[in-house]
Amino acid sequence: MALLEIENLHVGVEGEDIHILKGVDLTLDTGDLHAIMGPNGSGKSTLASVIAGREEYEVLDGEIRYDGDDLLELEPEERAEEGIFLAFQYPVELPGVSMTNFLKEAVNAVREARGQDELSSAEFLQQMRERADMMGLDADLTKRSVNEGFSGGEKKRNEIFQLAMLEPRLAILDETDSGLDIDALKNVADGVNKLRDEDRGFLVITHYERILQYIVPDRIHVMMDGKVVRSGDKDLAQQLEEHGYEWIREEAAAAAA
Amino acid sequence: MSTALDTDVRPEDRFISAFEVNHGQALNGTNASIAQQREDAIERFSALGIPTNSLEAWKYTDISKIIDRPYALPLAPEVPSVDPSDIAPFTIDDMDAHRVVLVNGRVDPSLSDLGDLPSGVVVSSLTQAGDAHPDIVEAHYGQYADFEDEALTALNTAFVQDGAFVYVPSGTVVEKPIFFLHVTAGQEDLFLQPRHLFVVEDGAIARIVEAQHSLTDAHTFTNTVTETFVGERANLEHYLVQDEGPNASQVHTRAGQQKDDSVYSTNTVTFSGEVVRNNANIEADGSFCESNLYGLCIGKEDMHVDNHTQMNHVQPDCNSNELYKHVLNDESTAVFNGKVLVTRGSQRIDAYQQNDTIVLTHDANIYTKPELEIYADDVVCSHGATTGQVDEEGVFYLRSRGLSERRARILMLQAFCDEVLSEYKIDALRNHITEKIRQRFANYFS
Repeated sequence: MALLEIENLHVGVEGEDIHILKGVDLTLDTGDLHAIMGPNGSGKSTLASVIAGREEYEVLDGEIRYDGDDLLELEPEERAEEGIFLAFQYPVELPGVSMTNFLKEAVNAVREARGQDELSSAEFLQQMRERADMMGLDADLTKRSVNEGFSGGEKKRNEIFQLAMLEPRLAILDETDSGLDIDALKNVADGVNKLRDEDRGFLVITHYERILQYIVPDRIHVMMDGKVVRSGDKDLAQQLEEHGYEWIREEAAAAAA
Repeated sequence: MSTALDTDVRPEDRFISAFEVNHGQALNGTNASIAQQREDAIERFSALGIPTNSLEAWKYTDISKIIDRPYALPLAPEVPSVDPSDIAPFTIDDMDAHRVVLVNGRVDPSLSDLGDLPSGVVVSSLTQAGDAHPDIVEAHYGQYADFEDEALTALNTAFVQDGAFVYVPSGTVVEKPIFFLHVTAGQEDLFLQPRHLFVVEDGAIARIVEAQHSLTDAHTFTNTVTETFVGERANLEHYLVQDEGPNASQVHTRAGQQKDDSVYSTNTVTFSGEVVRNNANIEADGSFCESNLYGLCIGKEDMHVDNHTQMNHVQPDCNSNELYKHVLNDESTAVFNGKVLVTRGSQRIDAYQQNDTIVLTHDANIYTKPELEIYADDVVCSHGATTGQVDEEGVFYLRSRGLSERRARILMLQAFCDEVLSEYKIDALRNHITEKIRQRFANYFS
């Protein structure tokens, strides 16, 4: 069943004459994991941001349906309640915002929206310990302010840890693998693999083929200049690794001519 | 006995004639040197006059209109009777403390609960201390709050009546906080001038908490002067909570002096007030001193809060940290002026100053100014100021995890205050302040 359907999506920047996405089409079924690859500036992060509801972008045309319903009408927090999660490319440091308090509030907001009971403090803390452990996140980090003083790898692990806590139906990872060392890369990949199941869909945005050695995608899409120019199975990643993006650009140009 | 101030003459003359009328009566101190200071002070006040906006130090804060009201100037020890239930909302019961309640600047023993103080420690009214410990009072009184350039300090010194007194003898540790709850009461518009003296001798450790509240809707103007002495290797934490309501104005001057190897930390939080001017002056008159000046202002409606700090480094090898934060809503105004002086020869000073403000409306204002005067060449002095709104990237991050926009903004504001709150070393006090802030923010963004 289609979890996410993006049709002819055109996006610009609010109040500016900038056109970033120029007709993106993409469908993700529940249970699937798709990778989105492409060179810098191709619009991958913009796509992730628009799905999560970032307000500085303006949808110029097209639509996004989530579970068959119009997604673009919803506020960012309503999207979270409906089960959408964006792992940030640059997780924000929030000095003074306690990781535990914030996450408890977030988990319970999402649970309430899903008609589930609030977690008690004891249940929450137990779940937090279990999932921090599962994601290879040092449990001491959950006692600190959100991302404050975390290393790059800790911040990315923390995003996947929050993903595990919030149990979304659609998870978008925006270059979560960038800048990770090999241990952190494996941790993140392990975490994602543990969370993959038939009710959940993933969009994994990445520059590099390397993370796809650990997280095997059902499908790979290549974005260039604001569009998906090619889609294929996991072997496409290997081709990109060997030959770069230039041949796809040439093919796309030839097709357009 | 109280003297009504005649509003037909200029305010300076009202005070001067009130001084003369009461001369030899209520103002007749027993101590000759204090009596002489009074004479000198009224003369100085007369020469200086009430500060106006034309003075650089008062550029953004105008007290001339507020001081020009028909206040009564109470000069007798009698104060309105206050019921324990009246002060119940302000007693911070979770904080186990030696508590002294002052009504209109006078200690009210019936409302106070001193508990067991360590041997030799004195917590009393300044008048009592003048009788019982004249040597201590004389050694410190009038030594740190200089009235040469400060008209309001001169005025306070001229009319000095009573206030709070603390003496912690050498090497003594006072484990529980000493808590002064200052309330104003009565139906009359009042001009009050409490005078406090806190002496913490060599090697002693103490924590003093002051809270200011009002039990009246009458207009009040409180001109407080507090002098603090922190001896060698001593440690004093000094907290001030200001929440007197929209009809109360004040000039609150705190002058402290530190000796070698001592630590003096002040922390001021302002929740309300019509016009509030705080002068926090510290002189590190010894080597290896640490001085901390922290402040928080939660501005609402048209309140005006002006924090002037003066950090004087007159000896080498000291450090000072200064952090003031404001969250300004409605039409509130805040002023921060941080002066750091490093005298010639005061080498290896590390002085840090930061002022951060979140402005929530178009009508709120912040005026911020660092003032560094450095005459030594081997020092590190830094200062910074930021003014802005709640960080939108942070708000989006929290919303993307399911928090409502309103909750996200409130959480960001609380987090902004947290950096100052984390400097409260008394848990019950920090919790009390945190809760007050939480309640204030609960109405925001709705």
